[in-house]
Amino acid sequence: MRVALQITCVNDAMFPDTGKAVVRLLRRLGVEVDFPAAQTCCSQPMVNTGYLDEAVPVVRAYVDAFSGYDAVVTPSGSCAGSVRHQHALVARRSGDPGLVAAVADTSPRAYELSEFLVDVLGVVDVGAYFPHRVTYHPTCHSLRMLGVGDRPQQLLENVRGIELVDLPHATECCGFGGTFALKNADTSVAMGADKARHVRDTGAEVLVAGDNSCLMHIGGMLSRQRAGVRVMHLAEILAATA
Amino acid sequence: MSGTFVGMPAFPTAAREALGDTQLRRNLAHATRTIRDKRAKVVAEVEEWEELRLAGAGVKEAALRDLATHLETLEDSLTRAGATVHWARDAEEACAIVASVTKAQGADEVVKVKSMATQEIGLNEALEADGIAAWETDLAELIVQLGEDLPSHILVPAIHRNRAEIREIFRRRMGAVGRPAPDGLSDEPAALAGAAREHLREKFLRAKVAVSGANFAVADTGTLVVVESEGNGRMCLTLPEVLISVVGIEKVVATWADLDPMLRLLPRSSTGERMNPYTSTWSGVTPGDGPQEVHVVLLDNGRTRALADDVGRQALRCIRCSACLNVCPVYERVGGHAYGSVYPGPIGAILNPLLNGVTDPQTASLPYASTLCGACFEVCPVRIDIPSVLVDQRAAVVDSHRDDRIPKPEAVAMKGAAWTFSSARRLARAEQASGLAGRVLGRFSRTTLPGGQAAAGRLPGPAAGWTSARDLPAPPAESFRAWWLRTNGGTDGGQDGGGS
Amino acid sequence: MSARDEILAKVRSALDGVEPAYAVPPAPRVPDRGDLAALFVERVEDYRAVVTRCAAPDLAGVVAQVLDGARAVVPPGLDLDLPGAVTDDGFTAYELDRFDAVVTRARVGIAETGTIVLDHAPDQGRRAISLVPDLHVCIVDAGQVVADVPDAIALLDPARPLTWISGPSATSDIELDRVEGVHGPRTLHVVLVS
Repeated sequence: MRVALQITCVNDAMFPDTGKAVVRLLRRLGVEVDFPAAQTCCSQPMVNTGYLDEAVPVVRAYVDAFSGYDAVVTPSGSCAGSVRHQHALVARRSGDPGLVAAVADTSPRAYELSEFLVDVLGVVDVGAYFPHRVTYHPTCHSLRMLGVGDRPQQLLENVRGIELVDLPHATECCGFGGTFALKNADTSVAMGADKARHVRDTGAEVLVAGDNSCLMHIGGMLSRQRAGVRVMHLAEILAATA
Repeated sequence: MSGTFVGMPAFPTAAREALGDTQLRRNLAHATRTIRDKRAKVVAEVEEWEELRLAGAGVKEAALRDLATHLETLEDSLTRAGATVHWARDAEEACAIVASVTKAQGADEVVKVKSMATQEIGLNEALEADGIAAWETDLAELIVQLGEDLPSHILVPAIHRNRAEIREIFRRRMGAVGRPAPDGLSDEPAALAGAAREHLREKFLRAKVAVSGANFAVADTGTLVVVESEGNGRMCLTLPEVLISVVGIEKVVATWADLDPMLRLLPRSSTGERMNPYTSTWSGVTPGDGPQEVHVVLLDNGRTRALADDVGRQALRCIRCSACLNVCPVYERVGGHAYGSVYPGPIGAILNPLLNGVTDPQTASLPYASTLCGACFEVCPVRIDIPSVLVDQRAAVVDSHRDDRIPKPEAVAMKGAAWTFSSARRLARAEQASGLAGRVLGRFSRTTLPGGQAAAGRLPGPAAGWTSARDLPAPPAESFRAWWLRTNGGTDGGQDGGGS
Repeated sequence: MSARDEILAKVRSALDGVEPAYAVPPAPRVPDRGDLAALFVERVEDYRAVVTRCAAPDLAGVVAQVLDGARAVVPPGLDLDLPGAVTDDGFTAYELDRFDAVVTRARVGIAETGTIVLDHAPDQGRRAISLVPDLHVCIVDAGQVVADVPDAIALLDPARPLTWISGPSATSDIELDRVEGVHGPRTLHVVLVS
């Protein structure tokens, strides 16, 4: 099986440690991943802001980078959702039947990390060790766009040493929403403040999620509040060992 | 005697103001939490809820896809049942029809059943200008009307008011338009409802003309359906001599049997009940029972515009249950007024641009009033994929500015991002620059994120929207891409990507 | 062009290229719930309506007891001997407002939702009489109770005016808190006859 890592533009530039953790984790599970150097972005920032024409060359770049792989694994529910649910839309907009066909081929092969581990590799115990009090935020696109269900929790429950606590009102959006965080900054902050409060109520030292963009928002608020809670991507906890 | 949405500022500005209203925040949080819990409980009772949603979506979709045929059938059935059918292209025509039927009776007042269509066309204001008083009889509509307020929710237009505020409105305003509130009125909901009963009863008993909307219009039988709770609907639909119903053309379902999934879906989604207290159905005139003159106004007012939109058409399936408002984290915090329309919340954020276009900046701001979290789609009883329509309407907004002589800064930024993201080489160069910026930022920043990454505190310029309340991690010196290249995927340098 | 023709033309043009035929997935049926009458009673009571069960020969006595001397209006086809009850004679709304109670029969009961449907046949009377008085005593025969909404839809005649009643008049308009008793009858008393 040829497996590619789609790092995502945000992780590439801002959170390389997440990508390194995915590589480490998959190697430990016997999967050698490629990093197609031609990859850029999934196009979601353009699509979700309404710039569909601008998204076309970006989707083209994705297809060029990832065609030929059996599976493309990405540490982002949001980007996997974009590939699976929005690429077809952009391809149709392009009016290029070649792109439509190429997208139909690549889109279904995109997996969010927890889906890849549980569904493709068939593992829930990845041999991780993380002796901390942790709470999990199911990000909206993982939960409702992709439907990852409780896969991330299954993986976390099997981590040695972890103390996993429930996050109140977990399924409610944190208020990030891509450009929403800037266009409607006040509402975004109001939502983030409530999410941060729920996180603090758990007494966890670590907030974990499958999307670094949401974590950047919630973590930015927790940091400003000096809340004493750090945020970590799911991959980093699953990659941790004794 | 009510306010107007005309001239509302765009959503972000209106939202900022609403977010500062502590009473509003408290009222909304309490009300939406209550109704969300009730809905979840009764929906969980239905084992095959998802199949029921599919059936409901199917009924409405089928009706929309052959709408002209169903409208002609409806007109036929209604006419045969003794009703008079009118057609109205827009709000002005619809209001004029209602006014002229009312005046022909020599009446100077109408009693009204709660109706979104008549809210949408501004019927009360139009009738008032024509010397006709329109009395709202739904409790929440009465609160809004007496308070000279604006509706902020589809089902519960006064959701932004709490019991103490409602008592004040009743005490101050009821006397001017009819029977005053009783002395010593308490703020108990039961007492407030009792005051409304006493106040409105004289209006019901004397009314000659009633105005309603309809939740559904059944084409093959000419049946209109009104779903309600208080009995004010039954009063209006039964006691007056003349009944005028203003019905959006998208309310049509093909057959009587089609009401089945709809009447199971609507109450559970809307008020969180197995069934609402009262549902009335009538087909034209019944000799000796109820109004003997029945008028139906079929209203377009932008619906054909929405119908022509291949992605947005599904918004016309909406049965106005408000489940999407109640679960929306944005609505819960800013309330309905910020949307500047009688249709607030997620459905309003797509319906307003679909009905009216996106030329007006206020309407154009609505598709962006969402994080695309998808909670609305999850609860919609007719499976309107609101997030997808939101994205499509954002594209409509962007496309409407493609010929601007001076492009917006956002458009310039997006074009730049697209240029960068179309080539990995260009992206790598941009990342080098951001890594450099990160090093500079890191040196000057006073903040370190828990866990160690350097972060920026308050920044000026475009980043201010983010950093006013959130720290921003500084970009690391080396991107993942650069690391992979330098270490051959972590196999050369060791620790980072190596085996455990 | 008339408004009618213009709207229909716009509808047709909006749907140009859209396939009009559309297969509607069938609505699911409610699973077998066992004793329908018992479920009906439970669900009606859940709305804070009052339910009394009785055998057919005891009906007149039970209804008289429920009325407890209240001034009642009844439909012409009620077919029940109730001393003191006044048969509807086309009373005005004002006249109906002076009655305390109304006694009607029903067309169908829905167990799943605790709903009673009136089709305003002569044993139920015209719509106004079961609306204006404050107490509605509604006689439902156990044999009239069906499982769920689709069963009721199939039995009902849409050409008749229909009133679906689920509990007494209620509102949730104040803080989403349910309060019984607004404009419709504030007390609903269902007598289930078996």
